[in-house]
Amino acid sequence: MNLGSTLAVAATLFVIGLAMMVARRNLLYVLMGIELVLNAANLNFVAFARYAAPAGGEAMLRGHMFAMIVILLAVAEAAVALAIVLNIHSLFDTVRPEEPDRLRE
Amino acid sequence: METIAFAGLSALAVGGALIALFHRSIIHSAFALMGTFLGIGGLFLLLGSDFLAVVQLLVYVGGILVLILFGLMLTKPDPGERKKGRIALTLAAIGIPVVLLVGRVAETARWAATEAEVLPAPASSVREIGFAFLLREGYLIPFELSAIVLLVALVGAVYLARRPGRREGSAA
Repeated sequence: MNLGSTLAVAATLFVIGLAMMVARRNLLYVLMGIELVLNAANLNFVAFARYAAPAGGEAMLRGHMFAMIVILLAVAEAAVALAIVLNIHSLFDTVRPEEPDRLRE
Repeated sequence: METIAFAGLSALAVGGALIALFHRSIIHSAFALMGTFLGIGGLFLLLGSDFLAVVQLLVYVGGILVLILFGLMLTKPDPGERKKGRIALTLAAIGIPVVLLVGRVAETARWAATEAEVLPAPASSVREIGFAFLLREGYLIPFELSAIVLLVALVGAVYLARRPGRREGSAA
């Protein structure tokens, strides 16, 4: 277990998340893919805080702070995105991302 | 011991994500994603950030996953297009450039610390994080701003998720 292997795991999760966003035709899959991508970024932040920060506390803490802000924004994004998905479902009666093509009701 | 734990947790995370990507039923995908989030939380613990591991469990497994399951229950069950060949092709099309890029970066980058200088992980990072947010290191303004972001997201989500037909009725 070192920096390289952790980065490899994070890159794998990133690729799977991006593929989930692109290849599955359901808005909820897009949401899950976004969460996976953000999780992979968090894993990178924490790995760098552990293995690539110069000795001393402050730089290590910075990685944790970034990861925490990313988690916060992921939560806010998930709540708003779910509300948007429910709205699209009630207006267009579908959850496929390519179907909604107009802005008016 | 650490290596075994790392291998197991990584397999849990990547395997869960792969099942979530390929599975026919979206409910199963959501539950497979729980394995991914648990594995990532365990990796955080291994990397010496116990606070983030607990936050990961609370927020992702307890919050976002439940939110996604609610989304599943409130919408029509539509598994979406599932052509395994297409998914695998997308995976390769995204994966190969990323692998090449990561390999190139890992080859050429010089990190701030070398392997030998890595300190042992601190026993607990909770105290440092608390002090950093509220007292010393100047993270107080991001802390307060994140409170505002959460409030705005909450109000916005409630406003957006209201049923559109009931506006006149509630105003009367």
